[in-house]
Amino acid sequence: MIKSYKFRRHFTNAITYIILAVLGLIWISPLVYLVLHSFRADGGVSYPYLVPKQFTFQNYVELFTQSKWLNPAASGSSSVDFPKWFMNTFVVAIFSCIISTLAVLMVSYAFSRLRFKARKPLINVGMILGMFPGFMTMIAIYYLLKAIGLDKTLVALVICYSAGAGLGYQISKGFFDTIPRALDEAATIDGATKNQVFWKIILPMSKPIVVYTVLTSFIGPWTDFILAKIIMQDKLDNYTVAIGLQKMIAADMITQHFKHFLAGSVIVAVPITILFLFMQRYYVEGVTAGGVKG
Amino acid sequence: MKYIDYKQLNPFQKFGYNFKNFFINLPKNLKKFFCMIGRFFKNLFIGIGKGFAGYGTRFVRGDWATKLSYIVMGTGNIVRKQFVKGFMFLIIEIAYIAMMVFFGVEKLAKMFTPTGTIGTVVSETVTGANGRPVHIIGDNSMIILLYGVLTIILSVIFLVIYVTNTKSAYKAQCTVAAGEKPVTFMEELKDLLDNRFHVTLLAFPTLTISAFTILPLIFMILIAFTNFDHSHVPPGTLFSWVGFQTFADIFSSSGVSSKGATFLELTKWTLVWAVFATVLNYILGMIVALMINKKGIRLKALWRTLFVVTVAVPQFVSLLLMNQMLQDDGAINVLIKMLGMQPISFLNSTPLVARITVIVINCWVGIPYTILITSGILMNIPADLYESATIDGAGPARSFFSITLPYMLFVTTPYLITSFIGNINNFNVIYLLTNGGPTSGPNSPQMAGGAGYTDLLVTWLFKLTMSENDNNLAAAIGILVFIVCATLSLITFNLTKSAKNEEEFS
Repeated sequence: MIKSYKFRRHFTNAITYIILAVLGLIWISPLVYLVLHSFRADGGVSYPYLVPKQFTFQNYVELFTQSKWLNPAASGSSSVDFPKWFMNTFVVAIFSCIISTLAVLMVSYAFSRLRFKARKPLINVGMILGMFPGFMTMIAIYYLLKAIGLDKTLVALVICYSAGAGLGYQISKGFFDTIPRALDEAATIDGATKNQVFWKIILPMSKPIVVYTVLTSFIGPWTDFILAKIIMQDKLDNYTVAIGLQKMIAADMITQHFKHFLAGSVIVAVPITILFLFMQRYYVEGVTAGGVKG
Repeated sequence: MKYIDYKQLNPFQKFGYNFKNFFINLPKNLKKFFCMIGRFFKNLFIGIGKGFAGYGTRFVRGDWATKLSYIVMGTGNIVRKQFVKGFMFLIIEIAYIAMMVFFGVEKLAKMFTPTGTIGTVVSETVTGANGRPVHIIGDNSMIILLYGVLTIILSVIFLVIYVTNTKSAYKAQCTVAAGEKPVTFMEELKDLLDNRFHVTLLAFPTLTISAFTILPLIFMILIAFTNFDHSHVPPGTLFSWVGFQTFADIFSSSGVSSKGATFLELTKWTLVWAVFATVLNYILGMIVALMINKKGIRLKALWRTLFVVTVAVPQFVSLLLMNQMLQDDGAINVLIKMLGMQPISFLNSTPLVARITVIVINCWVGIPYTILITSGILMNIPADLYESATIDGAGPARSFFSITLPYMLFVTTPYLITSFIGNINNFNVIYLLTNGGPTSGPNSPQMAGGAGYTDLLVTWLFKLTMSENDNNLAAAIGILVFIVCATLSLITFNLTKSAKNEEEFS
């Protein structure tokens, strides 16, 4: 009897292992394909084998050397300029990261720890604003930027990424809510102003959420392509990596740049993937904060 | 049912009871919701009324300086020696008046012309006195509308500052009357870091959100009530107010490729897509999560990471890659040929094949999310429930449908609704994978506004603004999508709120 129970358990476990292995293979194989083929030496867009026959670093080397930026004479290789796009994205990410982190922390601290008359209405307005489809406003934003002469610039991108950042206050508000209010009260009795409470008590206690906010707002510009595309239109010099990579596989460029696209994707995806794996705990907390009860 | 009866139910009956009651109470809750909206407006008007009353009282009780600051802002403060504050009010008033005189009044007048057009002068080329063509630069309706909205927002901000000014003047008067020294500017600045710290914190975000979220939003909402479509594109032509005409177009169906028919077709597909994408991801993701967390399975972290990596890779990378792999000569067809089967044209043949493909690919995208979210909650299901089920002879399937699913449904209903909304607005998957295509197929006629058969309402909205120039239609669709999403969100919100006072499952 005991033997058969053991056997059954082993049997179901073996089946589970097999199913998990097959599913895991399905899930990971496109990414393996991406990495393998980014090192592919032969063939063009369509390639009749799943595993490349010849490997090379050439795709990565070309991505970073054959650009207008480093080598003005190389204008022949169309207008793909990955190093420039990379720097653009990096600069935009740094600035929008600083501004939006500040905005998010300020709004969430105000909503979480301070009590004032307009608090509830403002929270409701924020919730309603978040429900409109974001694409609806983008075209208007473009004309607004055009009216103030900032269209197709990196400054516009920084403004757009950080302007609405304050609306994403929920996760850090949830975190601030968990810090006991007795701490604030004790500090206030000792004569601290609310400004001091914010900088000297709440922020040092909230390192994890600050790190999370910094990282998410840093990653944002690397992955967004809709807003960047609308703002930049055809100005290739100011492209970010996301729209740049999408441009590489447009119909007129794909034959020349498909392998560069794969290599560029790997370069962008690897750091972001690693960062995300470290932050996944906060990600789950953030998604479930408003969405799951119990 | 009385409370005592409810307490005696077993968890499943409790869930069933709550589930039933949710639908029974739905009309009541909706009524409550509308009452809530009604109360909101009532309170708003009462608030405004009180504001006006206070405004009048302050005027009557104020002395000459306070009364004067109702016309010349800041006088009250300047007379009480609060110079910096007073002059700031004065400068704001002068700036606002200048803005209105040189800019605002003209834009507002052009925005609401007697003929209903936005702007009056049409750009055209006419023959001048000397026989040469003269190009007249006319009004650009869109820019006028944009500036008009800006003027209105600035006016609202000014009104708030104006009322603050009257309050401030009256307060200064009272302080002096009580024999105290009026607060200095430095003291007020210090107060901004303490009792009024929220003003400091929220000022900057509110400003940027007003400029780059609220202003464009109002602008686009107004666009829905104009005829700003591909035949009225500024600066060449003016567009005008048409009221609810655009909405009427959407809901009237005339012919297979009319706007109404296209809207109906895409709405149906959007709902089918959202239901399939949400339910499949939810159930399949939970099954995989259960397998990973099964007792006796080793290397849990490895399995989990294997799936979660897909979430971590930026969507534009994974989906553009998928798009390439699904092409007629892409990697997946290479694999199919290697297995000795006929290659399939996944994205470019019939609408049905493309639709099934995007739903399947969305499983690849979405299941890891469910694994990520539900793993923690699945671990919280009391193990004795499963044990007693096994003793009673339930197999894994029975356990899943009778224990796991009801429990998870109970705990994660709000998450489910949120992800349903997310799928209605799932722009990335459709845009990067198919860009809406195919646009036609056997028995599937070409649709209006460049729409394809896998387009969701939001991707169609995007196409309408970016390539078709039917901005009014896009704005109207945006409003409709908003209404659906907002209703669903409010239901979620109510569920979450009620959950706090409610007996927990298990």
